[in-house]
Amino acid sequence: MTKKPDKVGAVLVLGSGIAGIQASLDLAESGYYVYLVEKKPAIGGVMPMLDKTFPTNDCSMCILSPKLVECGRHLNIETMTNSELVDLKGDPGNFTATILKKARYVDPEKCTGCGSCAEACPVKVRDEFNQNLGLRKAIYKLYAQAYPNAYAIDPKRCLNLKKPDSCGKCVEACQANAIDHSMQNETVELNVGSVILAPGFDAFQPQELFYYGYGKLRNVLTSLEFERILSASGPFGGHLVRPSDKKEPRKIAWIQCVGSRNCRLEHGYCSSVCCMYAIKEAVIAKEHTPYELDTAVFFMDMRTYGKEFEKYYDRARYEHGVRFIRSRIYEVTEATDGSGNLNIRYANEDGSISTEEFDLVVLSIGLEPSGDMVELASKLGVDLNRFNFAEPPSLTGVGTNRPGIYVAGAFSGPRDIPETVMQASAAAADSSVILSGARGTLVKKKEYPPEKDVAGEIIRTGVFVCHCGINIGSVVRVPEVVEFARTLPGVVYADEKLYACSQDTAGQIKEAIEKYGLNRIVVASCSPRTHEPMFQETLKEAGLNPNLFEMANIRDQCSWVHQSEPEKATEKAKDLVKMAVYKAALLEPIQGISLGMNHDALVIGGGVSGMNAALNMADQGYQVYLVEKSDRLGGIANRIRFGMKGEDVQAYLADLTSRVKSNERIKVRTGAEIAEVHGFVGNFVTKLSTGEEIQHGVTIIATGGDEYKPKEYLYGQNDRVKTLLELESDLAEGRLAGARNIVFIQCVGSREPDRPYCSRICCTKSIKQALKIKEANPDANVFILYRDIRTYGFYEELYTEARRKGVIFIRYAVDNKPVVEAGGDKVKVTVTDHVLGVPVVIDADVVGLAAAIVPAENSQLSKFFKVPLNQEGFFLEAHLKLRPVDFGTDGVFMCGLAHGPKNLEENIAQAKAAVARACTVLAKESIAVEGKCAVVNKKKCAGCGVCESVCPAKAIAVDQAEKVAVVNEALCKGCGACSSSCRCGALNIKGCTNEQIMAMIGAI
Amino acid sequence: MEWEPKIVAFLCNWCSYAGADLAGVSRIQYPPNIRVVRIPCSGRINPLFIMSAIKNGADGVLTSG
Repeated sequence: MTKKPDKVGAVLVLGSGIAGIQASLDLAESGYYVYLVEKKPAIGGVMPMLDKTFPTNDCSMCILSPKLVECGRHLNIETMTNSELVDLKGDPGNFTATILKKARYVDPEKCTGCGSCAEACPVKVRDEFNQNLGLRKAIYKLYAQAYPNAYAIDPKRCLNLKKPDSCGKCVEACQANAIDHSMQNETVELNVGSVILAPGFDAFQPQELFYYGYGKLRNVLTSLEFERILSASGPFGGHLVRPSDKKEPRKIAWIQCVGSRNCRLEHGYCSSVCCMYAIKEAVIAKEHTPYELDTAVFFMDMRTYGKEFEKYYDRARYEHGVRFIRSRIYEVTEATDGSGNLNIRYANEDGSISTEEFDLVVLSIGLEPSGDMVELASKLGVDLNRFNFAEPPSLTGVGTNRPGIYVAGAFSGPRDIPETVMQASAAAADSSVILSGARGTLVKKKEYPPEKDVAGEIIRTGVFVCHCGINIGSVVRVPEVVEFARTLPGVVYADEKLYACSQDTAGQIKEAIEKYGLNRIVVASCSPRTHEPMFQETLKEAGLNPNLFEMANIRDQCSWVHQSEPEKATEKAKDLVKMAVYKAALLEPIQGISLGMNHDALVIGGGVSGMNAALNMADQGYQVYLVEKSDRLGGIANRIRFGMKGEDVQAYLADLTSRVKSNERIKVRTGAEIAEVHGFVGNFVTKLSTGEEIQHGVTIIATGGDEYKPKEYLYGQNDRVKTLLELESDLAEGRLAGARNIVFIQCVGSREPDRPYCSRICCTKSIKQALKIKEANPDANVFILYRDIRTYGFYEELYTEARRKGVIFIRYAVDNKPVVEAGGDKVKVTVTDHVLGVPVVIDADVVGLAAAIVPAENSQLSKFFKVPLNQEGFFLEAHLKLRPVDFGTDGVFMCGLAHGPKNLEENIAQAKAAVARACTVLAKESIAVEGKCAVVNKKKCAGCGVCESVCPAKAIAVDQAEKVAVVNEALCKGCGACSSSCRCGALNIKGCTNEQIMAMIGAI
Repeated sequence: MEWEPKIVAFLCNWCSYAGADLAGVSRIQYPPNIRVVRIPCSGRINPLFIMSAIKNGADGVLTSG
């Protein structure tokens, strides 16, 4: 008998934005049951509101929706919408959470999302999702692509809920009987092992900053309103107009730092994301207009500090012609000519005052914690910082003061999507550490009857055509389509269904399979993207292989888009059914493939990132090999003395190193490099330079970075000129005590043509050192010569403090850099002051150069593991936004400076994130793949290798001995690029064969 | 019925096919002349498919991914 675990293998994730979704998916894929609690009626958070995302300009909804679907459908994620956490009792590993489930008044199991109820509802309400720019009904779906794909009733606005007899239109309209006004709130208790808080943020409300005129001037908008205007699914269908008069604007201004970097509002922090989103909005707005649109961004410091951000800023300036105006805004007023245009009066950098007229002004509003979370945090005993964010304790990345409770996303401080995703994965990793003993104890697994062998059987296709209430049936003549289907080859049964997706229809399909001996199933209804997996479940339950199924999309792509053309829509529906039937006749069962897996991990690089990754992974119960090329663990952190919050880095490092060395699951190999790599996910074999051979299932690359050795500013020629890391040890050893004048020069080797990226941490680091100098010697004169001060997030406080303490900040222009000359026992630094416009000469005792962070030499590893580098030599992730630690190659992950410049805190979070992602692989017994992959016809293959060169997953290679291409089914994603490039016709894709596609084409 | 052209569309499941679904959800109306073939990736489109569509009487081919 097994002992009942004292830890609970379930996790509560509060908030279902991208952070909550990512954390849930990572946990559910690692063997934990997840309760995803969301107060709104649908999951998704803020991301669905955004039009595009920087720096890739991907459509926000397009990249999010696969995750929504995956999360919503996951057997081990229980999504609880309209729900709130009201209480939490117990200890880490075993909490009892009390959840208030508010009545939705619509049963999401029955609701088909058809929208008939909303059409019938007489109550129009301002639509918060569209930032009140449009209207919705009292019964509504949060947004078009929402999961659950179900409506909900707004209890504050529903007439029936106010007075039961006054209205019942939605109930009459709903053919699925999904609406029930008598639903009540419920309270449930959940037993969970840990809690992840990911409630997101609130957007700053700019009314109180009266000088911007928001709320009074009709053409002053917030950036979120502007996102909705740009969005194709927004209130104006993506047509760029002013909401007030629908006029197409010719000139738009963005005003930065609205509600950020403002000590008077107790918002003395930088919101971290606004510079980039404003640039993005300006660029996208220009793409929207067929005419020349003038865009201008009014800013103080341009903070494009993230990966690929600086290049985005450069492109906005030089390619798109976005204007950037360094300024302080006095006020925004309306033009007196009745045009509704706006005048911005502002001070230039040199103090002169200008005024410029715009058609539209967008306020780049900051991020703040939501009021109800502040209340909840106090109830949970989670400490908040002075701005009410749940800032993690030093060097934990995602911790809180309460063990077992973790944070992710903007609730822990303003941050962008990739960092939010990293934190979410990291929080999953930390949860997993405390719960690893209970891994796999609460997950559900479904059992199916054995599969019938249909090989050699004649084709017996069953066709089910759905009315979808009136959604299809009111346009397409469904009985006629059914009649038509009966005439098609192979079809032995065809029927119509009111709702093909309902529970009772599933039963009827199973009966029909049994009764008529059906061996191919076609359903003509909605989109396979949302419903195919559900119907495939039905097939599996009936003992049929799920790939003997095909759908015809006669709702989303037919009845809904041809509402006034029933004749032609019916013809189209028939064609679509015919195509599906023809394809179905050629469908073959596809068997999933299961491959053995090694459950050990290899971590390459023994710096802070690599060590954190190794420790977290070992604490989750896995065996780890930690390979470091130098003789000593610690990496670049060996040279860092003070953390950004004043932490004693050497003490931290000593503790970390000893924990790594004493962990029996970690095998440390110093003085070793990677010499050879073979294999793939689950089955890597890596040879070290020492000759040792390691077998491992996953790899985490944490090769770190280095400080650039400047060629500028007399570095290396004059020993008074030092880099920040050199200065750091001087400071720690008290060697700067005698220095009177200290000058820091920023962006040395960064933001230059050779290295067109921002090194992210140097502004904060220089300021931190300046404060240390001032602390030791308040009379010292400290100058920081900069291009933009990039103290993002809470580091802005350090900048404020430095100015208060008399550190002098002088901005220099990139085309007029400071000049450093030797002058006796001093160094003469000349810089042109940005306010006065005249040269200032400083006789410096010491010059500190904020030298760039450069990557390690990664090209060998890049080739070994088939993972790409970016232009600057940092590793390039699978997706800059949503897969920040993954590669396109399965089983390989990364963290730390190998990914790009970051500070210790961020590297630690990323290290844990890489572990969480790696554990989604390791938590499985074996590697299971769906099997919809490429197959090679050896007789036809000429071994030319074109397939190998086009395969994005590196899943196909020519066997040199046999001279034929061989597919690695564990890696193949079934995209088919190889097949369409194969000149011999030797490649085909299971589940989407050439013959099947040709049959569909032939059916038209 | 008056003659209507038929257009075969090869749409990538992850982007364009999803876009066609969104058009539906948003009730955006367009002419009913398109017959969609859902494919796993635009990389799946073999030139042969395009030729074959035209040979089979398609009046136009749309590929999107």
